[in-house]
Amino acid sequence: MNNAIKTFTNGILKENPTFGLVLGMCPTLATTTSALNGMSMGLATMFVLVCSNVVISLLKNVIPDKVRIPAFIVVIATFVSILQLLMQAYVPAIYATLGLFIPLIVVNCIVLGRAEAFACKNNVGLSAIDGLGMGLGFTLSLTVIGAIRELLGTGAIFGAHIYDGQYGALIFVLAPGAFICLGYIMALVQKLLKK
Amino acid sequence: MIYFLIFISAIFVNNIVLSQFLGICPFLGVSKKIDTALGMSAAVTFVLTLATVVTYLLQKLLVMWGVEFLQTILFILVIAALVQMIEIVLKKVSPSLYQALGVFLPLITTNCCLLGVAILVANGTYKMPGGAPAEGLLNGTLFAFATALGFALALVLFAGIREQLSMNKVPKAMQGTPIALLTAGILAMAFMGFSGVV
Repeated sequence: MNNAIKTFTNGILKENPTFGLVLGMCPTLATTTSALNGMSMGLATMFVLVCSNVVISLLKNVIPDKVRIPAFIVVIATFVSILQLLMQAYVPAIYATLGLFIPLIVVNCIVLGRAEAFACKNNVGLSAIDGLGMGLGFTLSLTVIGAIRELLGTGAIFGAHIYDGQYGALIFVLAPGAFICLGYIMALVQKLLKK
Repeated sequence: MIYFLIFISAIFVNNIVLSQFLGICPFLGVSKKIDTALGMSAAVTFVLTLATVVTYLLQKLLVMWGVEFLQTILFILVIAALVQMIEIVLKKVSPSLYQALGVFLPLITTNCCLLGVAILVANGTYKMPGGAPAEGLLNGTLFAFATALGFALALVLFAGIREQLSMNKVPKAMQGTPIALLTAGILAMAFMGFSGVV
């Protein structure tokens, strides 16, 4: 039980995919134009992460060691295709906003990284918990970055206005703002962690 | 003229790294030295152009058989196989370049600008200058090649800046990724100046 809690919090705090491991930078920068977009992307990645972790840990004894990476990629791509079809059917608006970055979950280093580092060595339960923890950590950091960018850029969080939008600096919603915002948040995290 | 504009658009105006956010991992990972940045760019240029042509033709087959939902799975497998092939060829032809790229060559598979550009071209959703229709093998291939050049430009510029930066004193909390991201932010701001050119 203790082990399960440790695995779960590991992904959220100690090995947070964005701030700790610095993985999955493309969706982190591209989809955090608002808190809602960031959160949707995080949840979509979490779905793939949990499913692929479970299936890969079930198949770990069947897959020969030499072809494990292609096998993992096929499993991940399958779940991404399922996710694409589900999102097209039930949340077409969000699917249209995130666009290209949904199929690109296949090449997100976090998913393949957890398959290789965790799921192919541990049992099903722990792998599912690891996927859940990592996914939540990713969702959390994407939502935080999205909220900060949305607040600075348009004066709102989740569309709820905090201050008048005309005082917002639009640059934070555009491309350079993504790099700068993430840079400062990471510096803050480093400062807090390595005191 | 339109072909020239494709290049201007993909390299400067809609730079793949600095405005589309594709291929950030190698952008941050292999940009510490200009030499490795050049090698990586060359590898990406080659693989990207080749992969786009192959996946464009495969998409035609998928549409013909009515199984477009297999796109993601098929494309990633084809790209992985291509990268593997190039790795074998490079190992034989140029061992020094192979050594320099080291672990990053297999990582091209998970470079999202490859799959991203392949999907954009196959679906015909990439940005053509002046609102021209995004279709045809020639347009797609030129777009992929120009995109790769844009990636190379961003990567080499960034590597040059980081080489200079490594000789300067950086506050402790900013060392490593944070300062790299800030530099990239300023570079992206500079590239924003090109918006509206095409």
